[in-house]
Amino acid sequence: MGTILDGILLGGLYALFAAGLSLIFGVMRLVNIAHGDLIILSAYIALVVSGGLGLHPLVSLVIVVPLMASLGYALQRSILNRTLGKDILPPLLVTFGLSVFLQNALLQIFSGDSRLLHAGGLETLHVDLPAGVAVGVLPCLMFMVAVAVISGLQLLLYRTGLGRAFRSVSDDQEAAQLMGINNAHLFGLAMALSLSIVSIAGVFLGIRTNFDPSIGPTRLIFAFEAIIIGGLGDLWGTLVGGVILGVAQTLGAKINPGYQILAGHIVFLAILTFRPQGFFPKTR
Amino acid sequence: MTENVRIERSSRTSRIFAAAGLLIFVLLVTAPFYSGRSALHLLVEIFSYLALASLWNLLAGYSGLVSIGQQAFVGLGGYSLFTLTMFAGVSPILAIFLAGLIAALFAMPTAWIIFRLKGAYFAIGTWVVAEVYRLTFAQVSILGGGSGSSLPTQVIQSIAPTRAIRDNLIYWTGLFLIVAVLATIYLILRSRWGLALAAIRDSEPAAESVGVDNYRAKFLVYLLTAGATGCVGALISLQELRISPDAAFSVNDWTAFIIFIVVIGGIGRMEGPLLGTIIFFLLREFFADWGPWYLMLLGLFAIVMMLAIPKGIAGLLADRFDIQIFPLRRRVRLEEPK
Repeated sequence: MGTILDGILLGGLYALFAAGLSLIFGVMRLVNIAHGDLIILSAYIALVVSGGLGLHPLVSLVIVVPLMASLGYALQRSILNRTLGKDILPPLLVTFGLSVFLQNALLQIFSGDSRLLHAGGLETLHVDLPAGVAVGVLPCLMFMVAVAVISGLQLLLYRTGLGRAFRSVSDDQEAAQLMGINNAHLFGLAMALSLSIVSIAGVFLGIRTNFDPSIGPTRLIFAFEAIIIGGLGDLWGTLVGGVILGVAQTLGAKINPGYQILAGHIVFLAILTFRPQGFFPKTR
Repeated sequence: MTENVRIERSSRTSRIFAAAGLLIFVLLVTAPFYSGRSALHLLVEIFSYLALASLWNLLAGYSGLVSIGQQAFVGLGGYSLFTLTMFAGVSPILAIFLAGLIAALFAMPTAWIIFRLKGAYFAIGTWVVAEVYRLTFAQVSILGGGSGSSLPTQVIQSIAPTRAIRDNLIYWTGLFLIVAVLATIYLILRSRWGLALAAIRDSEPAAESVGVDNYRAKFLVYLLTAGATGCVGALISLQELRISPDAAFSVNDWTAFIIFIVVIGGIGRMEGPLLGTIIFFLLREFFADWGPWYLMLLGLFAIVMMLAIPKGIAGLLADRFDIQIFPLRRRVRLEEPK
């Protein structure tokens, strides 16, 4: 019972990993292979910022989010926009190169030692529920933030002018441009938004577990699995996908710690086999 | 006025390269008689990378199947070789080829599941599958679990009684593999199947509309590359005499470097992997001591290349100077009236 609850809450973190990836795929059909490494990069930035200024990691987000957002905008305008087009190879290979670059840059700067963001006791705080189940405050907070981020994205996409622009570009890039939308700028904004969510995910990851420069690709895979399980293009579906993945992993780990990640992958492949469109398909 | 039109594939340069290729082949076959142990070792490594890069190019460059999970089959090949030789008493050289067969067998259910994903999502899907294999082999304690195992001495001695003969045998097997891989790819690309694959890469609906069975063509090419990749993986593990899940299923060694080779050399051209492999080994020779800096450099180099010269060096040579090593394109020539 406690295990399943842990898994559900862990799903919130995976939804945070996935939301940014899903957003940019929705807006510009870009799959960012470096997504996981960017999550780790923001954890390291938070480490430097909170260490240097003596801030709580969650407070350091005030600096990390704008920093990553600017990086996202610059990255999109300077490099990624030039890879977009009908051919899927250039964006895939360029972000793959970026992933290798980021991992090794972090390795060079911070070494391969594992790090942790210290959140002043928040990580061990828990609430006792009836029936002897204890639930951590941090996982609850992560889950609530995930719900808030997804609600915010939904509001932005369906209630604002910017959201309408995102959706129109997603439907038809050329028509959107004819209507006076500056696609290059809009893609920059989408990437900035994606990396803002990435920084929130990165800080929570850093508080929850040890991290080192090599663990980014696995986070990309978790994000991707959450998206596919939930069904492409549906953000609430992505949250459900994250929860399914989280529960599968915690149950797997309960049987044998070596099975944690494997169990998640196997549930993902099973869903891909029997329900390839995911649970809440939206696009196509 | 009627003119005689001739379709030709080979050109003067390609005939010159064919002659040079033959000379290089003779030099390589006789290499064990005049070169040292470490040179042979390096050559087998070069053959392995060239084979893996050519196979990846066939998948991504010619068939539109961008996989970042080919390490699945490198690892499966290696582990198959270890299993066959350690527990079934199969001779190691024979096991290399059986390992390829096993890898192709595993590729069938793999393809069946991940072919549901398209484009970039297919790429990440292949990666997940490779991770599943890596994590699974880390749980198999009879093969050493997460820390892996070494090939027992009696297995090594069963290749040949002396070390010199063993090295030569492994070398010749490697040479045979690379020649077989290149010849197979060349023949496929010149066949109807190759045309079908290029059509699929350029436009799936258009290929379907002219009668190509897209699914079948892709499925077969995926199986074939998986099998050949498995053979190469087995060869690598035999050369190393050691296997571990992290090394055998390494995304860096067997996919990142391979992508780098193909992107630099020229994707979608048979010459690409050849040129890319040469550049890769030269860079490695000079900069591998730089550690992370070297890999950062590789990553940046690949990004710049993809943005500035997306067709790679082979594409540049073909466009600028009309140089083609492997005669794959058809040209129409008008014959001079006599």
